Parts: sequence; C-alpha cells; structure tokens
Amino acid sequence: MKTDLVIIGAGPAGLAAAVAAYDNGVRDLLLLERDTAPGGILQQCIHNGFGLHRFGEELTGPEYAARDIREANARNLPILTETMVLSVSPDRTVTAMNRERGVFTVEAKAVILAMGCRERPRGALNIPGARPSGIYTAGTAQRFVNVQGYLPGKEVVILGSGDIGLIMARRMTLEGAHVHAVCELMPYSGGLNRNIVQCLRDFDIPLLLSHTVSKIHGKTRLTGVSIAQVDEHLRVMPETEQYIPCDTLLLSCGLLPENELTKGAGIPLDPITGGATVNERRETELPGVFACGNVLHVHDLVDFVSEEAQLAGMSAAESIRSGGKTAKTPPIPVRAEGKVRYTVPQRIDETETPVRLFFRVGSVADHAVLTVKCGETVLATKKKRRMTPGEMESFELSPAVLQAARELGAALTICVE
Amino acid sequence: MKTTELTCIVCPVGCALRVEQTDDGEVVSVAGNTCPRGAVYGKDEVLHPVRTLTTTVRVQNGERLLPVKTDRPIPKEKLFAAMEKVNALSVLAPVKIGDVLLPDLFGAKLVAAANLGPSAKENV
Amino acid sequence: MNSFQVAVIGAGVVGSLVARELTKYDLSVVLIEAREDIATGASAANSAIVHGGFDPEPGTLKARLNVRGTEKMPALAKQLGVPYRNNGSLVLAFSEQEMETVRKLYERGVANGVPRLSLLGKEELHELEPNVSEQAIGALRVASAGIVCPYGLAIAAAGNAADNGAALFLSSPVESIRREDEGFVIQAGENRIQAAYIVNCAGMYADRVANMIGDESFTLRPRKGEYLLFDSSEGQLVTHTLFQVPTDAGKGVLVTPTVHGNLLIGPTSVFTEDRNGKETTADGLAAVREAAGKSVKALNFRQVITSFAGLRAVPDSEGQDFIIRFSDASEHFLHCAGIESPGLSASPAIAEYAVELLNGAGLELKPNANFRGERKSYHWFKELSPAEKNEVIRKDSRYGKVVCRCETVTEGEIVEAIHRAPQATTLDALKRRLRSGMGRCQGGFCTPLLVEILARETGKAPTEICKSAAGSVLLVEEMKK
Repeated sequence: MKTDLVIIGAGPAGLAAAVAAYDNGVRDLLLLERDTAPGGILQQCIHNGFGLHRFGEELTGPEYAARDIREANARNLPILTETMVLSVSPDRTVTAMNRERGVFTVEAKAVILAMGCRERPRGALNIPGARPSGIYTAGTAQRFVNVQGYLPGKEVVILGSGDIGLIMARRMTLEGAHVHAVCELMPYSGGLNRNIVQCLRDFDIPLLLSHTVSKIHGKTRLTGVSIAQVDEHLRVMPETEQYIPCDTLLLSCGLLPENELTKGAGIPLDPITGGATVNERRETELPGVFACGNVLHVHDLVDFVSEEAQLAGMSAAESIRSGGKTAKTPPIPVRAEGKVRYTVPQRIDETETPVRLFFRVGSVADHAVLTVKCGETVLATKKKRRMTPGEMESFELSPAVLQAARELGAALTICVE
Repeated sequence: MKTTELTCIVCPVGCALRVEQTDDGEVVSVAGNTCPRGAVYGKDEVLHPVRTLTTTVRVQNGERLLPVKTDRPIPKEKLFAAMEKVNALSVLAPVKIGDVLLPDLFGAKLVAAANLGPSAKENV
Repeated sequence: MNSFQVAVIGAGVVGSLVARELTKYDLSVVLIEAREDIATGASAANSAIVHGGFDPEPGTLKARLNVRGTEKMPALAKQLGVPYRNNGSLVLAFSEQEMETVRKLYERGVANGVPRLSLLGKEELHELEPNVSEQAIGALRVASAGIVCPYGLAIAAAGNAADNGAALFLSSPVESIRREDEGFVIQAGENRIQAAYIVNCAGMYADRVANMIGDESFTLRPRKGEYLLFDSSEGQLVTHTLFQVPTDAGKGVLVTPTVHGNLLIGPTSVFTEDRNGKETTADGLAAVREAAGKSVKALNFRQVITSFAGLRAVPDSEGQDFIIRFSDASEHFLHCAGIESPGLSASPAIAEYAVELLNGAGLELKPNANFRGERKSYHWFKELSPAEKNEVIRKDSRYGKVVCRCETVTEGEIVEAIHRAPQATTLDALKRRLRSGMGRCQGGFCTPLLVEILARETGKAPTEICKSAAGSVLLVEEMKK
C-alpha cells in the first residue's frame, strides 16, 4: 500500500507529530505502534509533573497521553497497534508486521521516526558478580508495579539517580518496599532537584553521590550488593566497599535512543546523541525522513518532546506538499565546543526564521557563559547561573546570527566554558 | 528568627528557596522563588507540607491497574495512611479520567488518572 | 519404577548428544538432568568455538575426538537446525618467536590429521582480516574451524532424543545410585530410575556422580573463564575466530564473531573452588578487555551488552585428557568426564565413541528404524519469506505479534518453545532457544510480557516464574490483593 506519511511510534512524539501533520494538510497518514495502545511509555508513568509547559497544569503520564490520543481520535487518525516495524528502506518503504495483516509494506512520501528510547541495561554497565534474578532497569520495574500490579522485590537498592530511578524509589516505598539507598556514580545527580526532594528526602532515602555497585551477590535470587565510593576517575575505591543485603537492584543509568531502524535505513547518526543528525526542521540526512522526541535525543520533559514532534510533523507536511523540498544552499554545520556535548539540530538550512538550538553540557558549569561563534567572530552570548548535564538547555539563534554565519561561510560553534 | 533552605518542587526548575520564620513559627518571607507558586510552596512546606499522591487501584474486570491521583495535595504525613485506604479499593471498568473514586481522602478527592476500557485496546 | 536400558546423567551438550546417539538404536533411554533446563553448565557459557584440532597432543582422545567432532559438526548442526558457521580460525603471532610457535602448532595439527591448515604472512593476514592489529606479523589459518551455538546444540540434541523416544527428566538431581543385579537404581529428585547402563555426563559434578558407586579415580576442579559480549553492531569486526599464541604469560584470549552476529571476547582462565560460582570479577573483565585489545585494532567497549562467566571441569588426574572410559567400579558405568576444551568441538565424536564403548561392554545395538535425525529449528519462522510468514500468521496470528523487539521474537515462537520438548519453563530457557531478551535492551521491554506468557501457558502464577534455577523468582508478590 501507499500513503503520504508513515509515523513510526504512537507515543507522545508520534501522536503530536501526526496531529501537526494533519493540521498542516496531510490527510493520508498512518501511525504504527508496537504496544497494545497508543501513549508510549507515558502509560506507565503514573506520577505527575507532566504538561506544565504545554498545558499549564500538572498531569500524570496517562493523563498527558490521553490528551494527545483525544486529539488524534478527533481527527480520526489511523493507528495500527501491536504492529512492529521491521525495516525502513532508503526509498521510504516501511515493512511492518502484526496479527491481522501479517508482514506488509507501506510506501510513503515522508516518514517520521518516533520510536523513543530504551534504558541502559546491566551488561553495558559491566557490574561484576553473579547473574541472579532481581535486577531490573527502573522502567521494567515500573511496568511490573504500575501496570501489571506485581512487586518485583521488597529490599531495594537503586543504581543511578536518573528521574525514573528516583520516581521508582518513591513508588516502591509507597507500595511497601524498603529502599536502602540510591547510588550515583557521578558527583551530581542525573535527576531533577524536585525529584530528589519529593522522592528521596521525603522518605529519608539516602542519595550516595560518587558511589557505584561494585559487586552483585546471589546464585538464584539477588541476596545483596556491594557498593563503594569512586575516585575522581570513577574507579572503585575498594577500601570503601560495603555490603547491603537486598533482593532487588534497580538500574537507572541513562537512556539510549532506539535507532536500529534508522541505522538500517542508512541514516547517519550523531555518535553523542545516539540519534540521527537533523536540520532545524528535524529532517535527517535522508530526504523525507524526519525524527523527533527521544529517538532523536533524550529529553528531560515530555513537553519539549511534543514541541519537537509538532515541528517534525509540520516539516513532513511541508515536504509532502512541496514534493520533497531540498535546500538551495549548503547547510551551516553546528558544532559543540567546550562543555557543550552536542546540539540538536546539527545543521541549519534556512536562515530566514529563528532556530531554537537544544544542547546539553557534559559537566556542571557554574556561572556559565554560552558563546555562539563563527570562526573567530562571536555572534551571540548568554549567561546562566548554572548548567548541569541532567538538564537540556536551549538557545534561540536569530535570523541575523544565522545570516551572519552564512556570509562568513563557516560552521557555527556553540561553546560553554 | 529561623531560616529554612528548601528546593522548590512545584515545577522542574527546582528553585532554591529561603524561608524565614519568627520564633513562634510565622512565615516572614520566602526568597529565591521565580514564580508566585514558589512562595506558596515555601510557606506551606515549613508550616504544613503537602504532596499530591499518585498510585494505582486494582480493576476487578481487567488485568491492568488503574492509575489514580489525589485532585489536590494532601498532608505529607498522611501519605501512607492514604495508601492503605487506596489499596483497599477496587473499581469496575470502564473508568474515565476524573471519575471520583473516593470523595474525601484527607481533604482531597481520589480521581481516576487514565481512561480504562474493559480491554487493553480501549485504554485510551 | 521407571526402567531403562541406558540412563544418561547430565544434559549438557555431551549428555544430550549421547542420549540422541543412543536413540538411533532400538533401546530405551533416559536423560536425567539436575537443573530445570538443558545446557545450564559448561555448555551454556563457553567460547562457542568448533576448534580445528591443532592444539591437543597427538595421540590423545582430545586430538582424535576433536578432529572427528569438527568434521561431523556441520552436517549435525544442519540436521538439528542449530546455527553453525564455518568461519575458520587464525592463530596470531606478534613476534618472530611467536611465529616459531605457530609453525609448531601447524606441525602438530598435521600430526593430528587437521585438514586445510596454512601459514599466513603479514600481508595475507591483513588482507584476510583488515581489523587485525598491525602488530600481528603472521598467523596459522585453520579453515575447518567454525562457530556454533553450544546451548542450542544441546537443546536440539535433547529435543531430538525425546522426539525419538528418549525420556527426559529435568529438575531431577541424582542423589544416589545403588547397584542391583540387573544394573542400577538411581534416585534422581522424586524419580526412582532403574537402568542397565549409566553414562556419566555430569559435567562439573561427574566426579561426585562417580563417587556414588564408590569410584574415586578422579576429581574435578572448576576453572573459570570470563567473557564480554558485544552488540551485533560489532559482529562484523572480524570474520575468523582470532586466537593468540599461548605464552608463558598466559593462554591469551580469543576474539570471535558468534553465530548470532555478536562479537565475543574472552576467556580468562582461573581455578576456583565453587562448582557453581559463575560470578564475573572486575579484574577478570579488565584482563579480557586488555588482552583482546592486543588482537584487533578498535574494540568499541561502549557496545558491550553483557558479560558472563563459565566453568570448565578440569580433571586433576590422567594427564590433561578427557576421561572417557568405564569405571573401575563397574563395567556398565561409562564416564564421559573432564570434558573441558575442546569438548564442544569433540561432542559429536564423543557421543559416537561412547556408544561404541557401550556396545563393546555388551549393549546390543539394533538400528531404530523409526529414528529421525532432523529437527525443526527454533528459528524456522525467521527464515521464511514474507509470503510464507503470512501463511503462518493466517493460521496462527500469534506469529504476527512481536514480543522481543531487539531480536524480533514473536508470541507464536514463544508459545511453541514453551510446549515443545524440552519445554522452556523459565526466562533463561526461552532466551537460550529464541534469544528473547538477549538483544541490546537485555530484556528491559520484553521481560514483563514474557512473564505473562510463561504464567499463562504453564498455568502458574507470575510470582512463580523464575529466571533460571529454582528460587530465582522474578516477582515477590501480587499487589493490592
């Protein structure tokens, strides 16, 4: 079959992109979702804190998802659930599989990648020791507890202070488990301050910075973990090792964009974000293929996922309308420098409208000064009291800055010292 | 005079607040907030801290739990007592967002926080 | 009481293949396994290499059975639907002195009857494997070497033995063996089993099983090997299995693609005391990383998806050879013990040899006319064309529902593995058959779904579902009951 637009994933990114594409004139579109219902990971994020930017109120994850689903349903957007996309080809043919249709292909004029991200598993963390049961990523435990109604364990240690880990510390505590500690390898937390307060401090759960799990014990079910402090090179200091008996270890050690389909289509990825390299319209280097949300780069707040998805949806609509518009002039590359680890977009095609640049720093920057340069020419600066790796920053590049960069004919560098 | 340092939890910004109280507990000032809601939080937090409770309720005719929340914050020290009451509850699907499940849970209503149909496909 | 002509104790790769070999004849056979699944010991965690056979001393059982086993492996794997690839191996030399050793290995290989051996100079080597370290100056090429899925081979062999009439007793640890006129009475968990012959394939515990009939002729020591497994994104780094020349400083580690498209490095080689101690260590994993870095140019350690350790059962007697002989305590009790490397490579030949020995001890071998050696692969659905897949999905729509995203495993395949012998009842049993949860997310997404399916299909509560051995439960209680 053929369609104008295929959107892979009906989580917050896919839904917002689909609605935006529809509102910008796309009538022939299809959302493909692997889960049983749309809404993505929000369906298991039952805590509140979603939607302050977008809706001006605090919603739980399912409530936030329900708003996007309502918008999609109001437009009668077709969503195929329990449908797994197997591949995307460079000519934008999407191959998928489900129970009703078996294996089928859809040829699309444009594709929006909105597959989200996954959690970093234990193997990638390389914790030595045994391989008992009772070790879960925080999101897996979240699904067991919040959706299926089973408690994975009662005596819990959490490694990593990402927001999902902090949220699960509170969640498991409220459901009767005892959370012994949250260990964080870095000297700062990867989660939001408000979550440290309301998920850990409220329940007297210690947050141990510069600590890691150094060994896993237990032949069948987990019986305990050794934790230890790490030095400035993040190496375990054996003399600080202590044993905590526990039956559960939750891992909240970062999220990785899920880009296997992207790679399969031959679309170049940014080695730092793990997502595709895109222009300001969120178009990848394969014309007609767009990416948004956590598959592009991991966001802290779903509100910004939705915003980015709307942009991708509008861009895809424009691309379909113009029959695959290509830039007239070579793009302006955007480079990260100093403490800035990456930027999204990584290149800019159009200079007539402002471009909001998203970035993260690799380490804490106090009294940070952000500089936008082109060669040696400083085009803009901005000061901020504190920037941390846990929080995505943004900066708006004005048309004047963009046009200056175009005239100078060099890459834009974004630097924080 | 007594000064308390707090991290505001009203929104993800997480402002650092300084709350000053007289010796008999009256709040004199809240500083460091970047919005009016931060001032309210700062005052509440030193006088009578409150939290919104989000949890789940078992669905008698479904395999999934129903996400629920209090429609306003409840006293922080009542969180576990509230959990006990909520865990004793069960509902029948279908349920819609906003359906009131408990009219008075320590001063708040307990409401459904998801639309739940009888089958997974209808959980929209 | 259950009565059989032959009881095989231990369902690792050797025991499973011995049991299958026996079903080629008109015999009643039982395969007894202590654990909940096939291949949970040495067969589960090893290098997965089918060695050429240049390494063992000429004249040993190891040399003879390795070469013969490697010769039989391709056809056997195909018959059983087990992934195998004849990728060849290279022994890398990093100095003229090591090149000298490589030449000796070549000569030993020739003496052992290893076919298709050749010596490569630096240029040839780098042309063949562009990602080999620049420091490598030459290599021994072993064209007959290959890679196989070791636990897949054991599971398929046990399954095929069951298909051909063998009884399979899982979760039945052998507690005692009593000699009777007719043979033996084995107490294995709840089961009392009578057998005329016993084949002891009990892996790390083969000496303990021997002790049960008063045979104390050997003891086994566990030697641990630690490994790191990389994402399939790194699977193309090398095509051959790369060995290092054994030196005084150590045996070196290998770098190899796996049949599933991953890259594997390891192992360490350290004696331990715990026969069930498969813990990885910080030092061991660091040693593997460092040593493997010597063989290839760029290992991307950010792509490591898991690490694991395995134990080899090393005998402290009879030189360094396999112990394949009858017990001094009974001429109806055959040991297949001390099967360390190259045990996997030799396993098809060990099975053949064991049956030959039993025949010599009076076991009558009449061909089983109903024997069918072929077995449908667990991956049959994956190998179909889209049109063929749709045909299957039309009949059973569960084959259209993907449960494990990373390895594209469908609900249909999972339900099939749960019900087909040897039945998968745990998360790890499913993983070993289908690779569910073995991909890059390591079960993050599919574990909750797999628990639901296992509970539904086996009629158990989700709180009873285990990761692997009894006690390794995944969920401790149902909430809000």
